[in-house]
Amino acid sequence: MKLHEHQAKTIFADAGIPVPNSRLAASVEEVLDAVDEIGYPAAIKAQVHVGGRGKAGGIKIATDREEAEEYAGEILGMDLKGYTVDRVLVEEGVDFVDELYVGVTMDRGEGKPVLMVSTEGGVDIEEVAAENPDAIAREHVDPAFGLHPYQARKVVYEAGVDADVALDVASILSTLYDLYEDSDASEIEVNPVMITGDRDVVAADAVMNVDEDALFRQPELAEMAEESYEDDLERKAGEYGFDYVRLSGNVGIIGNGAGLVMTTLDLVDYYGGKPANFLDIGGGAKAERVTQALDMVFSDPNVDSVVFNIFGGITRGDEVAKGINEALAEFDEIPKPVVVRLAGTNAEEGMEILNTDLIEVEETLEDAVQRAVKNAEEVAQ
Amino acid sequence: MSIFVDDDTRVVVQGITGGEGKFHAEQMIEYGTNVVAGAVPGKGGQEAAGVPVYDTVDEAVEAEDADASVIFVPPAFAADAVFEALDTDLDLAVAITEGIPTQDMAKVNKRLGETDTRLLGPNCPGIITPGEAKLGILPGNIFADGNVGLVSRSGTLTYQVVDNLTERGIGQTTAIGIGGDPIIGTSFIDALEAFEADAETDAVVMCGEIGGEDEEEAARFIGEHMDTPVAGFIAGRTAPPGKRMGHAGAIVSGSGTGTAESKIDALNDAGVPVGDTPEEVADHVESFL
Repeated sequence: MKLHEHQAKTIFADAGIPVPNSRLAASVEEVLDAVDEIGYPAAIKAQVHVGGRGKAGGIKIATDREEAEEYAGEILGMDLKGYTVDRVLVEEGVDFVDELYVGVTMDRGEGKPVLMVSTEGGVDIEEVAAENPDAIAREHVDPAFGLHPYQARKVVYEAGVDADVALDVASILSTLYDLYEDSDASEIEVNPVMITGDRDVVAADAVMNVDEDALFRQPELAEMAEESYEDDLERKAGEYGFDYVRLSGNVGIIGNGAGLVMTTLDLVDYYGGKPANFLDIGGGAKAERVTQALDMVFSDPNVDSVVFNIFGGITRGDEVAKGINEALAEFDEIPKPVVVRLAGTNAEEGMEILNTDLIEVEETLEDAVQRAVKNAEEVAQ
Repeated sequence: MSIFVDDDTRVVVQGITGGEGKFHAEQMIEYGTNVVAGAVPGKGGQEAAGVPVYDTVDEAVEAEDADASVIFVPPAFAADAVFEALDTDLDLAVAITEGIPTQDMAKVNKRLGETDTRLLGPNCPGIITPGEAKLGILPGNIFADGNVGLVSRSGTLTYQVVDNLTERGIGQTTAIGIGGDPIIGTSFIDALEAFEADAETDAVVMCGEIGGEDEEEAARFIGEHMDTPVAGFIAGRTAPPGKRMGHAGAIVSGSGTGTAESKIDALNDAGVPVGDTPEEVADHVESFL
């Protein structure tokens, strides 16, 4: 779960990390009120869940009231990589002489949290990591003990942070680690930490993502969750509780189990089609789930044909088939051709009872995908 | 022969009185698995799925000599259940639970390094040695006894590939689902090492997916340490960057790590043919035998 910059900064400030003075605004008037209070220069920053906001035109620095009004008008309501900007953070411009990167995340390979510090802050850190990995100092933390304070100092010195601010940066890093642990974060990143001309240290940006699997014990953070779906279909999938990712093709895909659904997508591509979505209905064969899944793909205007692939491990194929039949009975007419393939337990019994007046049936995954791809080509013509 | 489990394995089911736990305990017993006990706090003295239930894993081990556990405990309590299994010095703990917080798993992982217990999962379908034992939720009827080892990060993809093998009369020594989470116990390399050492395993199938670098590391291991031929499959070639494809671990990061391409290249470099389809994986395996 992603937090907005303003949410993360409130959490940072409460924990004692210095952040620039700022106010949240949802209209041009509110932006003007905010700049009147904060002064100039002021940064106007779109609050949407996308990376690279600056490059995409979602962050502007206003040096007077006229510019503030102009930029507020531009940014509020703009479409930023598919998300509409409905709020901006108005923030005092920090007069900096240096920028650092600091972050805490989970190193999957090591199974341990890792602290990261680089003096090459202010730019895309993933580029730094790819082109000059030595420019990022790293320190792993034993998850059983938590962070020893010396580790934060060590990694800051190792990164070559100026000696006069090193302890202040280490202190911020220590606090970020505490937040990481206490909030069940999956990632916390400040890029940049700004060093001012007066040698003060300020967290000028804030990225904080929280482990969704831990939200049950983070009620305050769970309340900060905001719907950030890119479109109505992803919103609908969220309501149904499906794992769903919308793609740009025209072959709708429904299946059970992440690995097998991904494989079905790959096969659609392999046989010359274009997948329209990833949709994992999970375990169970309830007609309601099947209906919801069909509703998802049928309501996607890009979808020309559907492949429904279930490997019924413990789930019985005949129950899945009943679910499909019941679901289909709710449609007067099948809006798009559907190919069904059932495998696993009681699959043969299932295939026999499927209502083939409404759908097509194939025995193997490969055949089902090829037929759906062919159907999509025919419908698209 | 087989790896990690056989008909001597004595299983305690943690969470046996819950819906999932009870159903799958019954399925495991029906398959012929030697399930000897259940462990559920507060339910000691009861019976479930025809076996006695104890309050703690320790009691189950004392009374029934269990040496492996299967964990069907809700996510909020699952890490605690894994710690209990590790601290009881079982040989094997299989964590089926999906949705354990990652930071809990980091702590489990640390403890794991200090014990001799093998952990499988979490968020995995389990392990099966056809005809002998199954620990987990895999559908027993699609497996057949044979000489091919299989290790996979995904459940239903495992079933698909096994089905392609069994259809052709190619049976399995042991099939293992290692799980789709970012932090897991048994890795590809652990399973590959065991298959390499198993005299009856003549070929191995490794099914990976996007995210992380485990497949790349496994490929290096195969190149350097394995004589047994391996065929591969990688799911997620069409996955867009930054989108989580179902599994918590299945995500291609913005910087391009964890891509299917990098995994397929690494496997090919290690001499492992990677099938474009599950059927092609079975073709490769057949050519090895």
